[in-house]
Amino acid sequence: MLYHKYHFFWEEFLRSLGQEVVVSPETNREIIGKGVNLAVDESCLSLKIYLGHVDYLKDKVDFIFIPRIVSLYKKENLCVKFMALNDIVRNTFDGLKTLEYTTHVPTFRYDYFGLFSVGWQLTHNPFLIIRAIERARKAQQNQQDKLLIEQENKLKDKKDDLRILIVAHPYTTYDAFLGAPIINFLKKQGVELVFADIVNEKEARKLSKNISTDLYWTYNKELVGALEKYRKEVDGIIFIMTFPCGPDSLVINLCQNKINDLPIVVITLDELQGEAGLKTRLESFVDILKIRKGKAIK
Amino acid sequence: MTNTSVKKISFPHMGNYFTAFEPLARLVADEVIEPPPISKQTIELGYKNSPECVCVPFKYNLGNYIEALERGANILVQAGGGCRFGYYGEVQEAILKKMGYKFEFLKLANSYSPIALAKNFRALKPELSYAKIFRALVLSYLRLRCIDDSEDYVRKNIGFEKQKGEFEKAHKNFLRELLKTDSWLGVHKLRKKYLNILHAIPIDKPKKPLRVGVVGELYVLMEPFSNFQIEKELAKKGIEVHRFVTVSSILHDCLDEMLFSRQLRKLIRESWPYLKFHLGAHGTESVAKTLELIKEGFDGIIHIKPFGCMPEVNAMSALHKISKDYEFPIIYFSFDAQSSETGIKTRLEAFHDMLTMKKRHDAKQ
Repeated sequence: MLYHKYHFFWEEFLRSLGQEVVVSPETNREIIGKGVNLAVDESCLSLKIYLGHVDYLKDKVDFIFIPRIVSLYKKENLCVKFMALNDIVRNTFDGLKTLEYTTHVPTFRYDYFGLFSVGWQLTHNPFLIIRAIERARKAQQNQQDKLLIEQENKLKDKKDDLRILIVAHPYTTYDAFLGAPIINFLKKQGVELVFADIVNEKEARKLSKNISTDLYWTYNKELVGALEKYRKEVDGIIFIMTFPCGPDSLVINLCQNKINDLPIVVITLDELQGEAGLKTRLESFVDILKIRKGKAIK
Repeated sequence: MTNTSVKKISFPHMGNYFTAFEPLARLVADEVIEPPPISKQTIELGYKNSPECVCVPFKYNLGNYIEALERGANILVQAGGGCRFGYYGEVQEAILKKMGYKFEFLKLANSYSPIALAKNFRALKPELSYAKIFRALVLSYLRLRCIDDSEDYVRKNIGFEKQKGEFEKAHKNFLRELLKTDSWLGVHKLRKKYLNILHAIPIDKPKKPLRVGVVGELYVLMEPFSNFQIEKELAKKGIEVHRFVTVSSILHDCLDEMLFSRQLRKLIRESWPYLKFHLGAHGTESVAKTLELIKEGFDGIIHIKPFGCMPEVNAMSALHKISKDYEFPIIYFSFDAQSSETGIKTRLEAFHDMLTMKKRHDAKQ
């Protein structure tokens, strides 16, 4: 589920340990169909897709790597879905072999220990494991910096293009089935896109206090912080959420209530979406922004 | 807030627990306003002003708030914790402020230790003494226990009363008197008195009635309106209903977790091999309880939750597997602001018929 955020980290880590990594393909109709059949019907779309991917992988590999990330900071946690990921997978598929580790900072279960124990199952050489973790961390850091610099250059460059901020979890934005059609369509319209998930995490966490003081979902906190950071430089905001995402349903509503100076559109995705309706909505939103911008220049 | 205005406090309903938390509310305000009992209109109000994907308790609470504000309340209280519940407060405040109401909002999210609670109260009303807070806390707790004890008995026996409506009448009287009782001893006496009254009501109970456990999400379990009186419906059919989640049990669990942090581990151990980790909020408990009830020889289990509840959906994948492995009937209900009552009644009836047939079938063998 968090593949799009951390894939450099995990892939590098496993590869450094001398393992062959098989990654499931981009989401397609078939995977979604399988996932929908496997999941409890009220789960969020992201979870259904995840199960579809696991189903694709289960015959092709020896182990499936499922990290369980509960909480990355004190007094904060992730959506409870991440907490239960392992148990859901274990109960859905019989006899599945998994590699798993838990990150839960408030009880001092840092990811370092978790990764180490995963490494221990694969190789009994502690130095190799430590090297793998360090390499993975570096790869992840490099990638993040690269994206960040790219985005900042984008913001500095040309000023008169239409700019839209996309606020969504990375597993929605970069998914080939969920976010990609939207992004491609907007790019075709000549809109410059700013992504809220590419942001300096520390800065974002600080800035998010301006909008919401009580927020305790780490990823939503970062997104809200990014929203606060970029909002002066964009012309409109698009929220993308999967149906029925728990945290997003509340956070987006709060943002809608607290941000009054920018046009906002909320797009809710589910497995039955029609592309035509989506395109019409996006097109009209872009038109509104263009008219607004034209007026402002006059 | 200026001293000239009268402080009127209010908080949302949940079952009959308004009575229990009233002394705490009275501490900080001059007047406690009880929101009108939850009705279709309440839901309508809450539903109209809530985000669409949010779970039902949010909508009910919001409806309660709006009705209380209409009655003149100017301090609202929201608790919180667990899954999405901890974040209700801030979003509800933003929604209500946008609707143009003026009020103070007290958020008690994630601060359940008595000390933190006392600090919160003193922030609202600095001249409050700790002794007073302590007294109110204990009184609240006693009332809680009182309500839970009597309701537990009522729930198990209401289906078998000889004269219809007696239990309900006694229980209503009890709640009314409880609201007026202010001393620790008084509450204790009242509890004894009414337990005696309840036990004296003649019942006609078969030796082995169908026993059904209700597990699931807290709010819909405890607020009868939100689950269309599912417990009463069951009792009418002559089923003994067992429910294990009450506010006092939650408090007990929380305290246990805080002091010894062994509750979770125990639950996870009980739900092995279906669970290896905590599912969030009450999900783990649902699974552990289900397994326990199966071993105890219950006839069926009803799992209820609001639509889209994250932890309970997590638990459902495990429950499906348990149901398959033990060949045990579990029925799932999920409630939204618009689910129809007849549909639920029909499903319950079918479930009841199935349980009866299964029992007869098992008895033959």
